[in-house]
Amino acid sequence: MTDLSHWAQSGLRARRPRLPKFPVLPLRKLKFFTGLAVPAWLFAVWYGVTAAHWVPDQILPAPAAVWEAFGALTRGGDLQTNLWISLSRVGYGFGAGTLAGLLLGAGMGFSDGFARFVRPTFLVISQIPILAWLPFLMLLLGIGEALKIVLVAKAVFTPVTLSTCAGIRDVPARYLELARVLQLSRLNTLRRVVLPAALPQLFSGFRYGLTHAWLSLVAVELLASYEGVGYLMVYSRQLFQLDVMVAIMLVIAAAGLLLDRLLSLGETWLGRRYGGAP
Amino acid sequence: MRRVLGSGAVLPILLLSIWAASVHFGLLDVRLWSSPELVLAGGWAVLRDGSLATALMASMKRDLLGFAIGAGLGLPLGLLLARVRLADKLLGPTLNATRQIALFAWVPFLSLWLGNGEQGRVAFIALGAFFPVLLNTHLGAARVEARYLEVARVLCLKPHRKLLKVILPSALPAILTGLRLGLIYAWLATIGAEYMFATTSGVGAMMMDARDLFRMDLVILGMMVIGGVGFGLNALLSHLGHLSLWRGVEQSL
Repeated sequence: MTDLSHWAQSGLRARRPRLPKFPVLPLRKLKFFTGLAVPAWLFAVWYGVTAAHWVPDQILPAPAAVWEAFGALTRGGDLQTNLWISLSRVGYGFGAGTLAGLLLGAGMGFSDGFARFVRPTFLVISQIPILAWLPFLMLLLGIGEALKIVLVAKAVFTPVTLSTCAGIRDVPARYLELARVLQLSRLNTLRRVVLPAALPQLFSGFRYGLTHAWLSLVAVELLASYEGVGYLMVYSRQLFQLDVMVAIMLVIAAAGLLLDRLLSLGETWLGRRYGGAP
Repeated sequence: MRRVLGSGAVLPILLLSIWAASVHFGLLDVRLWSSPELVLAGGWAVLRDGSLATALMASMKRDLLGFAIGAGLGLPLGLLLARVRLADKLLGPTLNATRQIALFAWVPFLSLWLGNGEQGRVAFIALGAFFPVLLNTHLGAARVEARYLEVARVLCLKPHRKLLKVILPSALPAILTGLRLGLIYAWLATIGAEYMFATTSGVGAMMMDARDLFRMDLVILGMMVIGGVGFGLNALLSHLGHLSLWRGVEQSL
């Protein structure tokens, strides 16, 4: 029996044509650097094209100019101030939206009756994309700080509500039965049973919410703001300072990445603290 | 089912009546909060003079064009990255880094490079659809079960047959998710593009004009129309997914 399968396998192998090895091997050795090949190539093209002055600086600034713009922005403190403003807007909005989303999601997750009344309305409202709220909120709240925080909170609210509700519903019934048998108090059931079981889903909601929060904040800052990284970008766009724009774009990308990393650090910390899934 | 529907309708009716009543009795300023009747009347007016239809057509056209371009690039690239190791190693990190840039940060660049016209808008919408389609296609095509690939090898399928009969069918659910997300993002980008690029056509531009004129009724109507279109596109794609070409194969596998 074993002989037969061995024979079948070797037969299979023999039929496959051998690939020439030489182009693959050196790349496999440089595994880490393969990922850098394309960026390095792009950078070289960028450098070459701008050094040869094939395109005007207003279309594509030289790498050195971007680096200088970045230096000027940080030395003057403009970048730090505006970045801090943007990040604190995200912070407040994310906090408010998460809190509201957790409450509504928990309400819909724990109580079928509540869900029956609220869920259809919630789902209809969640069909409206975040940017469609912008003119409405601009009329109601003006273009001050409240607009940005409410918009960011709304962007976070929908995914957090949905994932909280789903996370609580998906807690296996036998865990809850066990909690009842052990006569855990409500608070302890929540802390020791529901929360650890729902944690992964909660965090996928937080994560999605945070991405959306950053996206919406940049959008609202581009449209209606006098502070923040989005505004810095609009400002440099009006002055045709493309080097500043590229520098800010890189900062926006880095800030988005940083926020995401912070959240996954939070997730591992909480997961360790509450012992993960029971 | 009827009872469920009934209880779901309680809250919207309650909210609508509170809204109508508080405007009626002067608790809310009608100029700021508008009212259900005004929204209906405004809706009827833009429906009759055809301006809503024109705006909607303009928006839908650029949405679908941008989506087609973005998805048309994202889908094959996702398949390539998932099935060819070298392509993944080369392009994967670059694409992942590019993905981190918040979508709307591209607007100033695209408007500079491609101009404030339709090209910039469509490119922006395509960018919005591109990444969700790419990521989900990649996810689906990278997770084809090993035994299906073994079957393909045993049957000595040619590469294009393997792609059509094995990889695409088993990646189909993920691809459909990607297309649905891509459509959602493309619609979001369409609205954003109509706000940010100098535009005179489209639902987004209509809403911004209504805001400038302080016409809350038209702003609320615009929100409802945008929500409705998003919902409709989503439902259409889910329906297409059920009718899909490979469904039979997917089930038999």
